[in-house]
Amino acid sequence: MLMKKRTFLAGAATALGLTAMATGAALAQDDMTKVGFIYVGPINDGGWSQHHHESALKMIEEIGADKVEMVYQENVPEGPDSERAMTQMALNGADIIFSTSFGYMDPTLNVASKFPDVKFEHATGYKTAPNMAAYSARFYEGRAVQGTIAGSMTKSNTIGYIASVPIPEVVRGINSAYIHAKKVNPDVEFKVIWLYTWMDPAKEADAARTLIEQGADVILQHTDSTAPLAAAQAAGDVIGFGQAGDMAEYAPSPRVSSIIDNWEPYYTSRVKAVMDGTWESHSVWEGINTGMVGIGEITEVVPEDVKAAALEMKDAIAAGEYHPFTGPLNKQDGTPWLAEGEVADDGTLAGMNFYVEGLDGEIPQ
Amino acid sequence: MLRLEKRPQPSRTLSYVTPVLAVLITMVAGGLLFALLGKDPVAAIRTIFWDPLFGEFSFYYRPQLLVKGGPLILIALGLSLGFRAGIWNIGAEGQYIMGAITGAGVALALYPLEAWWIFPAMIIAGALGGWAWAMIPALLKVRFGTNEILVSLMLVYVAEQFLASMALGLMKNPEGFGFPGSRNLQQYASAHNAEIIADTGMHWGVAAAFIAAIMAYVMMNRHILGYQIRLTGEAPRAARFSGVKPARLVLFCMGTAGALAGLAGVFEVSGPSGQISTGFNVGYGFTAIIVAFLGRLHPFGIVLAGLLMALTYIGGEAAQSTMQLPGAAIQVFQGMLLFFLLAVDMLTNYRVRFVAREAV
Repeated sequence: MLMKKRTFLAGAATALGLTAMATGAALAQDDMTKVGFIYVGPINDGGWSQHHHESALKMIEEIGADKVEMVYQENVPEGPDSERAMTQMALNGADIIFSTSFGYMDPTLNVASKFPDVKFEHATGYKTAPNMAAYSARFYEGRAVQGTIAGSMTKSNTIGYIASVPIPEVVRGINSAYIHAKKVNPDVEFKVIWLYTWMDPAKEADAARTLIEQGADVILQHTDSTAPLAAAQAAGDVIGFGQAGDMAEYAPSPRVSSIIDNWEPYYTSRVKAVMDGTWESHSVWEGINTGMVGIGEITEVVPEDVKAAALEMKDAIAAGEYHPFTGPLNKQDGTPWLAEGEVADDGTLAGMNFYVEGLDGEIPQ
Repeated sequence: MLRLEKRPQPSRTLSYVTPVLAVLITMVAGGLLFALLGKDPVAAIRTIFWDPLFGEFSFYYRPQLLVKGGPLILIALGLSLGFRAGIWNIGAEGQYIMGAITGAGVALALYPLEAWWIFPAMIIAGALGGWAWAMIPALLKVRFGTNEILVSLMLVYVAEQFLASMALGLMKNPEGFGFPGSRNLQQYASAHNAEIIADTGMHWGVAAAFIAAIMAYVMMNRHILGYQIRLTGEAPRAARFSGVKPARLVLFCMGTAGALAGLAGVFEVSGPSGQISTGFNVGYGFTAIIVAFLGRLHPFGIVLAGLLMALTYIGGEAAQSTMQLPGAAIQVFQGMLLFFLLAVDMLTNYRVRFVAREAV
């Protein structure tokens, strides 16, 4: 009997195809709101995935473990494997699924089209659908604060930058840090090393050492491990910043501040929206104002006036009084980009693939 | 006291039994591991091995077995030819990448032209791409006696860099707002490797894998080349005396393996994956080595082994997301499979004897 029922279910579902899958998911729902998370790395990577996971756990705490149930899958490769992971969650009754890496964009779109009743949230992409929203953070706002500190702190006037993957987000970060370092220190120079990875402690440490050998006494990183800070500590007299997480274990020096990813407020509000039935698709880009981008404590190693200037910039950005990309700004080749007082539009920023004037080197193509 | 005694001939029966035995031991050891992690071992094993096949959502998982198993089988079949002859191509991952790049390159160059011949042209380009990449270690071995294990493996990393360069540069989607990754071929009708029958998971790559298995079987058993391959593997000196040209065999085995890996790449990039991206390769080329040995280097064994491996992936993912087993535990579980296979393999070559302690 059981076998028969199973066969019938399978047959019917195959025959009805996608509709059956969607209904199957709807049937599997119960009172608890089920939230799914797809992570590109392990949940203890110390960086990107870990902070998504920690934010997710805080979201559960915030809403209440009696109301939301979380499922997650870590180390999910971008591509068809992520499509299966999301389908699996949707089939098992997830109400909302967060896919937390850029490479999940097209797979998320595919799965979203098959499960119209399930909500999807994709991090750092640009494609949306009626049941698929996009969310990302204006990390470049944090880079402006970081650049201000870095520019003031360097004695060798050389700042090393460990860049990860040449995508607009990373390019924005380099530009923003450079613009603001240059503002407080016109002699500053940036040396950028591209690693083509978001996390590889060995490569990160190598890059940091290379930059330090080339005279950098401030290391900025867009990669997720603490290896660059460890290298800075070993070299002595070199400072750095926490990335993605606070990395407070290296405070007060070499870690003098940090940019923290805090997705919790967003996750809480979106899951609540699903519970209230008010969820709508959107494409948002939040920054220091909502707390998605956090600035970690600036330690006592940083002189008071520098700290004050950094905090002032942070507040101005949060209040919307200052935009890190405000003209006059030229592109690297000298062509004008923003006129005096002009502010960059989100479209240009979203696809930024050029350096601003003064930066050396090329963005890898 | 236990003693191992070499068998004069490897046991035929055991060579069929040991893979099954290895799977069973893996289940037990894996169950122990899961129990130590505080999860119900029976439920975990059921989630991994039973539910994808017969569970509530098997209508979705069964087709996925083909999607995941297809490339594994295709690549493993190619590798098995060389492995039988003692030619060790470890770089299938790189050949897979290059096949995807050359195949997708044809489509991306022709976009948005729609024509029936585009997909066949991509397939040919993909096979050639993989073949050419495999020819590098093959020719170096034949010409300069280099070690094909090292060269083919190192070329994987070269291929990965090449892939990154393509995803970030030449093949980047011009409408992608500067983000890495090519156009999605799933949205390009002439280049899309769609399912032959909807919702079955049966795309052209899977069909190719099954056809390749039959062809490999026929070749190994009915063709002189198959005989030469087997002879070279079993008795290289005898093979040389009987007129086998080792250089030609190296070129043939490496080339075939490369072409099949390239095919797997082009079918994947035009189908399930859809685009050239920095993370396009997920290790099929390496996993296929396990599949080849798990399948006893026999074409039909490889088909079964590929599907079994796919099952551990799909079931493993299900166990992760439904039981919240750590991803690393699933990887350990898969690793155990090969480990135990190699361990019990000893039984095919050796006999275990209980003997009385000998006087000193």
